[in-house]
Amino acid sequence: MLRVTGLTKSYRSAGEDVAVLRGVDLAVATGESVALTGESGSGKSTLLHLIAGLDAADSGEIALADSVVSRLNDAGRAELRRDRLGLVFQQFNLIPSLTVADNLVFQSRIAGRHDAAWLDELVERLGLKNFLRRYPEQLSGGQQQRVAIGRALAPKPLLLLADEPTGNLDEDTADEVLRLARDLVVRTGCGFLMVTHSARLAATLDRQVNLHAGVIA
Amino acid sequence: MRRPLWILAVLLSHWRRHPMQLATLLIGLISATALWSGVQALNQQARIAYDRAAATFGGSRTAVLVSKDSATFPQQLFVDLRRAGWPVSPMLEGRVQIDGRSFRLLGVEPVTLPSEVGNAPAVGRGSLQSFVTPPGEMLVAGETLRDLGLREGERPQANGTSLPPLRLQAELAPGALVVDIGIAQDILKMPGQVSRLLVGKSKAPHATLESVAGEKLRLVEPSAESDLERLTDSFHLNLTAFGLLSFFVGLFIVNSAIGLAFEQRLPMLRTLRACGVSARMLNTVLVIELVSLALVAGLIGLVCGYFIAAALLPDVAASLRGLYGAQIPGQLSLKPVWWFAGIAISILGALAAAAASLAKAIRMPVLATAQPQAWQHAQRRWLIFQSATALAVFAVAAVLIQFGDSLIAGFAVLAALMLGAALILPMVLQIALAIGQRSARAPVGIWFWADSRQQLSGLSLALMALLLALAVNVGVGTMVESFSRTFLVWLDGRLAADIYISAASDTQAKEIKAWLRDRPEVDAILPGGRADTQLGGAPIEVLGLPDHTTYRDNWPLLESTANAWVRLRPGDTCLVSEQLSRRMKLAIGDHIEVPAPGGSWPLEIVGIYADYGNPKGQIAVNFAALTRRFPQTPQTRLGLRVAPDRIPALIAALQEKFGLDDRNIADQATMKRESKRVFNRTFSVTAALNAFTLGVAGIALLTSLLTLANSRLPQLAPLWAIGLTRRRLAALELLKTMAVALITALFALPLGLLVAWCLLAIVNVKAFGWRLPFQVFPLQLIELLAVAMAAALCAAALPVARLARMQPATLIRTFVNER
Repeated sequence: MLRVTGLTKSYRSAGEDVAVLRGVDLAVATGESVALTGESGSGKSTLLHLIAGLDAADSGEIALADSVVSRLNDAGRAELRRDRLGLVFQQFNLIPSLTVADNLVFQSRIAGRHDAAWLDELVERLGLKNFLRRYPEQLSGGQQQRVAIGRALAPKPLLLLADEPTGNLDEDTADEVLRLARDLVVRTGCGFLMVTHSARLAATLDRQVNLHAGVIA
Repeated sequence: MRRPLWILAVLLSHWRRHPMQLATLLIGLISATALWSGVQALNQQARIAYDRAAATFGGSRTAVLVSKDSATFPQQLFVDLRRAGWPVSPMLEGRVQIDGRSFRLLGVEPVTLPSEVGNAPAVGRGSLQSFVTPPGEMLVAGETLRDLGLREGERPQANGTSLPPLRLQAELAPGALVVDIGIAQDILKMPGQVSRLLVGKSKAPHATLESVAGEKLRLVEPSAESDLERLTDSFHLNLTAFGLLSFFVGLFIVNSAIGLAFEQRLPMLRTLRACGVSARMLNTVLVIELVSLALVAGLIGLVCGYFIAAALLPDVAASLRGLYGAQIPGQLSLKPVWWFAGIAISILGALAAAAASLAKAIRMPVLATAQPQAWQHAQRRWLIFQSATALAVFAVAAVLIQFGDSLIAGFAVLAALMLGAALILPMVLQIALAIGQRSARAPVGIWFWADSRQQLSGLSLALMALLLALAVNVGVGTMVESFSRTFLVWLDGRLAADIYISAASDTQAKEIKAWLRDRPEVDAILPGGRADTQLGGAPIEVLGLPDHTTYRDNWPLLESTANAWVRLRPGDTCLVSEQLSRRMKLAIGDHIEVPAPGGSWPLEIVGIYADYGNPKGQIAVNFAALTRRFPQTPQTRLGLRVAPDRIPALIAALQEKFGLDDRNIADQATMKRESKRVFNRTFSVTAALNAFTLGVAGIALLTSLLTLANSRLPQLAPLWAIGLTRRRLAALELLKTMAVALITALFALPLGLLVAWCLLAIVNVKAFGWRLPFQVFPLQLIELLAVAMAAALCAAALPVARLARMQPATLIRTFVNER
């Protein structure tokens, strides 16, 4: 479903080009969950951002189902994120002025893929029933991340991308959030690519991929 | 279709959570629209009145034939021209005194009136027979009827004669009385005389003007702009400039509110983009959101603008009547275009104020990149660019001062000075604060100055608004005060007689004079009079002054030849008003030819005098010479010299003997009081707009501080965490605001004085024709400085009080939720 081939990316810092990705090849199959690990600065988040179409690669190809992400323009990449991807960030990135209920439905609404029954199930499984009218600032970190997961999965994406989703949470909460995410991924049958530096959490997924010095080790 | 609505709902949810920010944005837009559209409503109202005046039987919208060298000419020329095929209609114009007040009398010939001239069809449709047959009818506007205190059908008295019964004609200009020309010739005692011939648009062939009238007449082509429009251009330009300034100050508020909302919504916008909203869609919805808010604010602003205009209209009407003799009705009647223009200006203003934020949104990368250092570099580059632009704008102002020679150039100098000063203000503040930082020793002191500098970028727009409002207040205040003091000295000279009488008729004036000659307390009787004529195609007044020591000792002359008053006696010399001398470039020793009923009157100029507040050019001649040259001049005005302690008794005696009321007789003190009242009312509009502008600037500062307050928590929380109390932090915040406001106010003072100089030396000279001495009033400056500091204190008080009362939990959250 996801196929990354020969991906390179460099940034300019202090007048010098710094190569972050030096030819990454990666594949994630439908229903597969993959942990992307590596030390700080190894390019994990950059790779995730490129797959999500948040940034553009220097060379190489990213294909998701029948779309070649690296060939899409801004509008095409936005459409891809809206309709086929779910994104979860370490900082939750909820919309502070919307209630939990509005945050949950937001992406599925703009994607035109709102499914009330599925949303009810998500709310139930994520344990958010009592928080629907609250605003993000009134929730704990774990609760906020559960809303972020719900929002990402509400449109039933092809692939869920998560960038250190438990980085801001304590160990117990992190385990709980990840368990929920895994269960829901299985329930939807979508692919799951998670960036993490925790070997313990990475071990709970189907497969682990280690990124070292810009290439898959 | 539902997708944009969802995105719009998300964007709008920000305002629901930040109502203060929404209020700020709306207040800015409402103030900007209200002040701008209020001023435009006043201008539109005045233009409607000018149009009415211009459309009144041969205003400047109609081609006319006038005498080449005399105020009137024989009616026979009209007959000759009609016979030769010219579509002309005769008209006689003069002034009549009704109850001591002067009205414009127009005599028309309704049968030959060209159909396209003003209200001609209405006269024709009415009872033509009753209009032309004695006693005839006198057509007046509703306002004139009210001024006269009479009803339709009643007959006013003028100079002892009964005028025709009044008939209402709504379209007429206020102050004009229209009668049949034969009746007008009787009333004005000008049998067989005509002031001008209105020329219709008939295309029928006719003989040349010269072949019929020889060299006696000349054709004046119609003008698209009325005389009043031309005269009052400067006044309306002044109003518009104020409206524009208030509009921009309002937009400063909008800009700061939108800028802050954009900064606060950045994470939301990025999340939206991450969730799949394209950049184009996001920007389109941002524009839709802004336009919707502008629409709401524009409508409210228009309603406020209407009320502002309605409140200011009486003062504007008084100013226009006092300065130009223009009659403006006291009720607002607005055209639909005003409403549409108001909404359009609100939307365009909002888009202009949001342009920078929208441009940022278009270029915004989806991934946030934290580059504070790069941001600081960009700020420094921007500051240097802004200062360089300011210097270029100052250079343009200098060039305009040197080479500009028009009213527009004068206003351009003012605009350039203000723009340049506003642009250079952040650099001035940066330098002042950097000096403060360098001189600080204690750590908190160093932080105080450094943090003030960091805060500048968020506050600079509001401080610019404060600078502009203060500078305008200083400038206009100094100008009005200079004018006021000069005017009072001038008034003392001009109103030298102790009692002023305006008799109902020449006969009554003669009786009064005869009675006064037997009164021992009367030291002198000073007859006066004035006639209307034209010079260089523009109307002027000829003022008759008796040869008396009262005038010789007191009449304020700006410059004169030796023995100017003695040289005035024979009647071959004159004094000219300052505005006439500037307009026609006349100097002492020059000769002019004044058209008079008996032919051209050659006069040598022996002096120039100030004549503040008079829209017309004026010349002063010996009174005896005036009555010889203009025998029809009403001789109803008298000035008396009386011992001060005998004045009340003499006035009482005159009132009893001749039935004079307060409108016909007044002592010097009353006249001066009335003149000062008119003067003060003339500038009350300016004072009101000044106050509005300062008020809006105060709101700009308040809203900037309020909106900045939240974003400043990350800067303040660490200081609180290391031991500074909330109370001390609040005091430091207050001190910082006061410090930057003080630097701004101190910078505004010299700028304001420069503005005053421009107004006095350039704008007034071009607009009104008089130059006033430039004076500085330190007390007034100190007062304004205090007002500015009070405004800053009020603006800073609310956010500072909030900080002082802030719960520790809120400060702690800064560390927890920092994104």
